[in-house]
Amino acid sequence: MTLPLPLRVRKALVLSPPLIWVVLFMFVPYTILFVFSFWQQQYPTFTPALQLGNYQTLISDPQYLRTLLRTIKIAALVSLFSLLLAYPYAYFLVHKVRRPALRQTLYMAVVAPLWVSYLLRAYTWKTILGTEGILNSFLISTGILTEPSPIFLYNQTSMVVTLTYVFIPFMVMPIYAALEKIPRNLLEASADLGMGRTATFLKVTLPLSLTGVVAGFTMTFCLAFGDFIAAYLVGGPDGMMISNVIATQFGASLNWPLGSALALVMLVIVLAIISVSDRFERLGKGAFA
Amino acid sequence: MTNIIRLDGLSKHFGSVIGVDDVSLSVRKGEFLTLLGPSGCGKSTLLRMIGGFEEPTAGQIWLDGEDVTDLPPNRRAVNMLFQDYALFPHMSVGKNVGYGLKVAGTPKREVETRVLEVLDLVGLADKAGAAPHQLSGGQQQRVALARAIVRQPKVLLLDEPLSALDANLREAMQVELRHLHQKVGLTFIMVTHDQTEALTMSDRVIVMRAGRIVQDGAPQSLYDLPGSPYIADFIGTTNLFASRIENGRIACHGQPLTIDPQSILPGARTFGFRPEKARLLRGDANGSNLLRGKVAEVFYHGSVARIIVDLGAGQVLVDLQITDAAAGLPQLGDAVAVEIAAHKIMGFAAEDAA
Repeated sequence: MTLPLPLRVRKALVLSPPLIWVVLFMFVPYTILFVFSFWQQQYPTFTPALQLGNYQTLISDPQYLRTLLRTIKIAALVSLFSLLLAYPYAYFLVHKVRRPALRQTLYMAVVAPLWVSYLLRAYTWKTILGTEGILNSFLISTGILTEPSPIFLYNQTSMVVTLTYVFIPFMVMPIYAALEKIPRNLLEASADLGMGRTATFLKVTLPLSLTGVVAGFTMTFCLAFGDFIAAYLVGGPDGMMISNVIATQFGASLNWPLGSALALVMLVIVLAIISVSDRFERLGKGAFA
Repeated sequence: MTNIIRLDGLSKHFGSVIGVDDVSLSVRKGEFLTLLGPSGCGKSTLLRMIGGFEEPTAGQIWLDGEDVTDLPPNRRAVNMLFQDYALFPHMSVGKNVGYGLKVAGTPKREVETRVLEVLDLVGLADKAGAAPHQLSGGQQQRVALARAIVRQPKVLLLDEPLSALDANLREAMQVELRHLHQKVGLTFIMVTHDQTEALTMSDRVIVMRAGRIVQDGAPQSLYDLPGSPYIADFIGTTNLFASRIENGRIACHGQPLTIDPQSILPGARTFGFRPEKARLLRGDANGSNLLRGKVAEVFYHGSVARIIVDLGAGQVLVDLQITDAAAGLPQLGDAVAVEIAAHKIMGFAAEDAA
């Protein structure tokens, strides 16, 4: 005979796997990072301490601030270009493509690359933009260039291009969802009340799809902000991201305390962006209740 | 009175499917007209063509003497009350109502005054600052109504306006819409599949079937003089049966009935009578024009009981007015007689009873 377990025990059983996961893989590592960020480096190792030297270094040494600002700039440009490409595309899918099958296919055309390895997708751009790449051979064959140019690769532009390509699905998906959720009769009502197409877009469609834009912006920004693979592949020294610097601190430089401090600054920035976007989304929530 | 809307041979085809088939119609200024029909009969498509949301395949739409067939919705002086209100969720009630006034370049002060006026008209003057989702379904409906009439359109189109409301509220809104119609003096064109709603509210009802108009008339004439068995059965309930006239008599499920030759064409093949126009008598009663049978089922409605009488070869419905509850209801299996006066029998040329 088995006794039924008390409700509290059953609740705990259901909740414990995710709880253990969060504690083990989120809470513990972040705590370690937090503690490390106050330690002191004494080459070739580091000793426990409680001091703000690492944070002071971040502020006083301009290279960290410069890299951080560059990373923010690249991430912001990636989000911006993703938005400029994704919004018209999603709008076109929702409002202009009548056949559901075609719409689905075109939507999947954007989303499907997510199933391909990230590394492979970023690497593709190396082969497109490189001196032996498709772009150069095309320009030479059309006679615009006489010899291969290295200017397309290893700079911030190639970073923005690659990361935009890699993360654009995360912009298309929320915008598409937001646009599709707008009831068609709202657009008809707007036309009925005398508004032309442009006015209807500006007064109804755009405001009601803003939650999707914010969600997409948050996702692409945070993903691009934390990226460090693309910098290795297509970035070059001018395209270094803050994550690359962090990786170096934990690797070659063997300065875990400084790396931890950098990682925490980065985390705070990302959390700040997420909480702002979350607040915005909650602001718009009533709109669809 | 002058015609505010004229439809000339209006058709709408969706690929090979015919939505509206060669409809011509005039609507008088200030009229409350209802398009009535089952779902898929083309009534909504017709309304949407008048609003400019569907492009006609053929025909013309004239609004107040102007051909508006090719004009987009924003250039037509008609407004629509949408089925599920279509209120802008990101704007306050006041902004929703004022939305259509801004286009016209109305000064801000005047917009505010007119918004408040029209909100007052629908009894929601205190809700101007509320968000649509904070209102009940009935209130949202009034806001949508206010928004549709604030521009003083030449015609107000109402697309199944009451279908989303619950029964009590629906009756209250029926009354309110009618009062509003009288008060503002606009032309109303309403679409509904609910025949009670159509009869209660409108000056004139257009019954549609398969994209065509099958009858056009005042509510009373539709009910009392239906043009076909289809309408007799669609508007209210009718006991329909097929028969031939022989010596001034017909057979209802095998039992003879006398008809009034003056009210029925000689070629009629389908006949019918309304359940409330027949009388239920005891089985041993004598009289003329009696159908004898047994009670097969009793539906009690409070003020009325609808009785299904089994005549042997078929069944008919009879309504029994309950004026004295002590008299009791007939029991299943009771022998009864149904008396129907000759002039209350309707006759139609051959057509399948829908």
